[in-house]
Amino acid sequence: MATPTTPLRGRVFDVQRFSIHDGPGIRTTVFLKGCPLRCVWCHNPEAVSRGPQLSYLAARCIACGACVEVCPQGAHTLVGERHRFDRAQCEVCGACAAACCTQALELVGRDATVDEILDEVLRDRIFYDSSGGGMTLSGGEPLAQLEFAAALLTAARRAGVATAVETCGYVPPAHLEQVRPLVDLFLFDLKETDPARHAAWCGQEPARILANLQALHDRGAAIWLRLPLVPGLNARPDHFAAVAAQVRALPRLQAVEVMPYHRLGSAKRERLGLPATDAGLEPPSAELVADWIAALRALGVPVREASGGNA
Amino acid sequence: MTDRVARLRAASLAARPTLTAERAVLLTRFYRAEDGRWSVPVLRARSFLALCQQQTIYLGDDELLVGERGPAPKVVPTFPELTCHSLDDLRILHDRPLTHYDVPPAMLTAYETEVIPYWRGRSLRDKIMAALSDDWLAAYDAGVFTEFMEQRAPGHTVLDDKIYHTGLRATQQRIDATIAALDWSHDAEAWAKREQLVAMRIACQAVLTFAARHAARARELATTAPEPRASELRQIAAVCDRVPAEAPTTFWEALQAYWFCHLAVITELNGWDSFSPGHLDQHLAPFYEADLAAGRLTREGAKELLGAFFVKFNNHPAPPKVGVTAAESGTYTDFANLNLAGLRTDGSDGSTAVTELLLEVIDELHLLQPSSNLQLSRKTPEVVLRQTLRVLRHGYGFPSIFNADAVVQEQLRQGKTLADARAGGCSGCVETGAFGKEAYILTGYFNLPKILELTLHDGWDPRRGRQLGPRTGDPAGWQSGEELFAAFSTQFRHFLELKLAGNHCIEQIYARLMPAPFLSVLTDDCVARGRDYNAGGARYNNSYIQFVGIGSLTDSLAAIEQLCYQQADLPLAELVALCDHDFAAAEPVRQRLATSCPKYGNDDDAADRLMRRTFELLVASLDGRPNTKGGCYRVEMLPTTCHVYFGQVTGATPDGRRAGEPLSEGISPVQGADRRGPTAVIRSAAKMDHLQTGGTLLNLKLAPSLVADEAGLTAWAALVRGYFALDGHHLQFNVVTAEQLRAAQRDPAAHRGLIVRVAGYSDYFCDLSEPLQNEIIARTAHAAF
Repeated sequence: MATPTTPLRGRVFDVQRFSIHDGPGIRTTVFLKGCPLRCVWCHNPEAVSRGPQLSYLAARCIACGACVEVCPQGAHTLVGERHRFDRAQCEVCGACAAACCTQALELVGRDATVDEILDEVLRDRIFYDSSGGGMTLSGGEPLAQLEFAAALLTAARRAGVATAVETCGYVPPAHLEQVRPLVDLFLFDLKETDPARHAAWCGQEPARILANLQALHDRGAAIWLRLPLVPGLNARPDHFAAVAAQVRALPRLQAVEVMPYHRLGSAKRERLGLPATDAGLEPPSAELVADWIAALRALGVPVREASGGNA
Repeated sequence: MTDRVARLRAASLAARPTLTAERAVLLTRFYRAEDGRWSVPVLRARSFLALCQQQTIYLGDDELLVGERGPAPKVVPTFPELTCHSLDDLRILHDRPLTHYDVPPAMLTAYETEVIPYWRGRSLRDKIMAALSDDWLAAYDAGVFTEFMEQRAPGHTVLDDKIYHTGLRATQQRIDATIAALDWSHDAEAWAKREQLVAMRIACQAVLTFAARHAARARELATTAPEPRASELRQIAAVCDRVPAEAPTTFWEALQAYWFCHLAVITELNGWDSFSPGHLDQHLAPFYEADLAAGRLTREGAKELLGAFFVKFNNHPAPPKVGVTAAESGTYTDFANLNLAGLRTDGSDGSTAVTELLLEVIDELHLLQPSSNLQLSRKTPEVVLRQTLRVLRHGYGFPSIFNADAVVQEQLRQGKTLADARAGGCSGCVETGAFGKEAYILTGYFNLPKILELTLHDGWDPRRGRQLGPRTGDPAGWQSGEELFAAFSTQFRHFLELKLAGNHCIEQIYARLMPAPFLSVLTDDCVARGRDYNAGGARYNNSYIQFVGIGSLTDSLAAIEQLCYQQADLPLAELVALCDHDFAAAEPVRQRLATSCPKYGNDDDAADRLMRRTFELLVASLDGRPNTKGGCYRVEMLPTTCHVYFGQVTGATPDGRRAGEPLSEGISPVQGADRRGPTAVIRSAAKMDHLQTGGTLLNLKLAPSLVADEAGLTAWAALVRGYFALDGHHLQFNVVTAEQLRAAQRDPAAHRGLIVRVAGYSDYFCDLSEPLQNEIIARTAHAAF
């Protein structure tokens, strides 16, 4: 446990109020940095790495040169009237982001205490009350920061705020078991059932995920199963047949949602200077989504489209 | 909607707003012959009678409900006794691109030969402008405040249920009894009261005459019309025979009774806002249920009548406004506003079967007028809120939603009885009033950022180049935001007193020279007191001043606090100089001001406490100050379109806003400054104590993705309930359309707060690449709500 002199800090990249698609009601979603998976279609690429990152949005830049003056690495230069950013030189010290007058440069990821985050979460308590909402931990994989996540869940519970955790499931079983009593609802991702494909697209085998899902279910946790739908990758009959078989073994699931792939993560990848891992992927059409939902229902899966649709 | 309503609606939409000289000419001839023969109230009533006897009667082919203010739909009369338009005014109205009115050549001739020669120098506006002080006129010219009564009469009131159980004949008998009971031996005002009451009696007679002429016209048309129209015309005649002389007995008669009263109020004077039926769903429900039970009416038949009723409102564009008054309210709407649901006088839920019908009609007709609002109480069933949100999802911005419980509390604080407060509601844009019992008058908008500009220039107005306010010191000498705010407070109070002095002058002029006898008949307790609506005859008499730009002001104060005092790296004098040069060659500093300082609307106490401090100054300076009618002034936070005009007359501000750009509107954050979503906006706005106002306006923009499905609707409903649990007064939603998203693409700075959300993901629309933005626009355009 943290001592009073060194309060526990978590690394957070966003606290998003009025989240209405991450569990029931109006919620505040706390996004924690760091993830054990590397999914090519990831829509929160800033969540993958645990370390802080520098986001650069060229459209906002007015080439004032403030970053050039403060950068100790010389990563920023002005070439004529245009700003150039050489990311290879950047050590993510954040000096340029602090100097940037338009917020074209922003540091993604900050360290915050449980109390600091809880203070933000409690601001919308009146809306949780009027909607049956609460706090959702998301990421990345929020349980990758186990101690902080557990402390935040405990504090929220103590304040009377309902809790949800959005997990990829790729965590040590003991970690899940540790937070299970603190969580009112798990939003559990099932991305791909074929082991080789899962390893290829997400960076790890799915066996641990499937075992965790079953164990969590069997111990009575409330779970919404979430199924990303990515045309060209997992939008295959064999995958969804395997999903259906899996779901039959999980009779107490509260909901199954299809999450259509969208391209919005690519904008963030660009700002972070990350490779376009989802190049060539296309969002499914509304018809395709409806077809898969129908197909899953025919297989006996009581599925719904994730609220909020695709944009 | 039925074919008939579709035709009526199409005709109303196609008709061009056009001016007519008919009323002006009839009135001029009346005044030439009669002025000087009667007391002022009786003269006014007799002029109204003359209009009702002589105006052209319009009765259109498809109509069920009858009566127009002008000779045809959307033909608008003028009121030369209040404002005598010059020929130039009329040409401007004809030629201007926005809120244009066709002016027929014959009207110019009539004005030149008859109207102007009589009214120039005699109109009330001429008298008001001559009576106001030079200081007032200078502040008005500089854009510190506007004045509602310089072209239009005090109006802005709403009817209660009285016409549905009392006809005008019975009211005339009550007036006669009141005259008979006057105590001439003790009451020093008995003569004034008698003249006022006689005027009210004549005004009733005028409206009865107007209705009888419609009955006669319908019978005349019935003699040649084919069936089934001939039968309809005979029924119209029968309805007009009965109402408003007697209390209505059917749904149809109830609507026609209101409509005659509405026309009478907006013909007698050009009151601002026009007039409103108040709790229409509550008033109509007994007639609807009785008609259904008796088999006289079907649900569809009732909707057809309501559709016809809506078209009548849309046929009546606002009387033409010119100059500053046109800029502060640049719209054809005359702000008739229907209240839905709310509470009954016994405190129970006021929603009825007619509430649902009205929401359907609002959705199907989608007309500019009438406006509509849901009075949402804790007791209002969720199904009514959800139906309202489904209508709102179509992006029309209506109905707006009010906190009925807060509206009651605001009125109790103003000293009204519980029953009167519950029978009240909101009208115009957001104003609270006791329906049928109150003259609650908007008196003008007040430019808060302009006061800051004057403060930062020691009372000097850079735009007009003159000393306008008191000398409150050189900003270079101030060591803290406290000193700045002290100077601001001094400037504010100076101009507030100037505004109040002008108001009191104008109120007295109206009380003595421009009574409104028919509006007085409809407003308790004018008959009982023998006093006019414009002279304090109403039971309650609150006056409002509408403050504009609290978001821009707050962000400016917050930027000064942070950069000039806390970080102390930008001296205030330097910042003022940058504003004076409209941030020329200082874009990085302007960006810092615009993006890196605390902003109101983000639940950030660093900014929000400054908003509160300003709000508390407004309340402490104005709330409870007496007006000339036995009532008090109240704070109102409402812009209409005045934030645009006020922006034009205000130089660059320390929040990074460039000179001439619009100010923030209502209590909404500066456009694009809210970056933390709607709950943060709501929490910021709720830090103001709405219960100490007579109304506030909060506009929220929502991306369609937020409200597309049932889960979104549930969250949306909870958002509204949450704001109202915090005592918020009013919410208006704009569900962003594809068109508006394109506007955001073109002007990202003004739309930076627009959030796109998907499960587990959110981003600012303006930060997305153009192809992604286009993808979202395409999806929005095709969203099948």
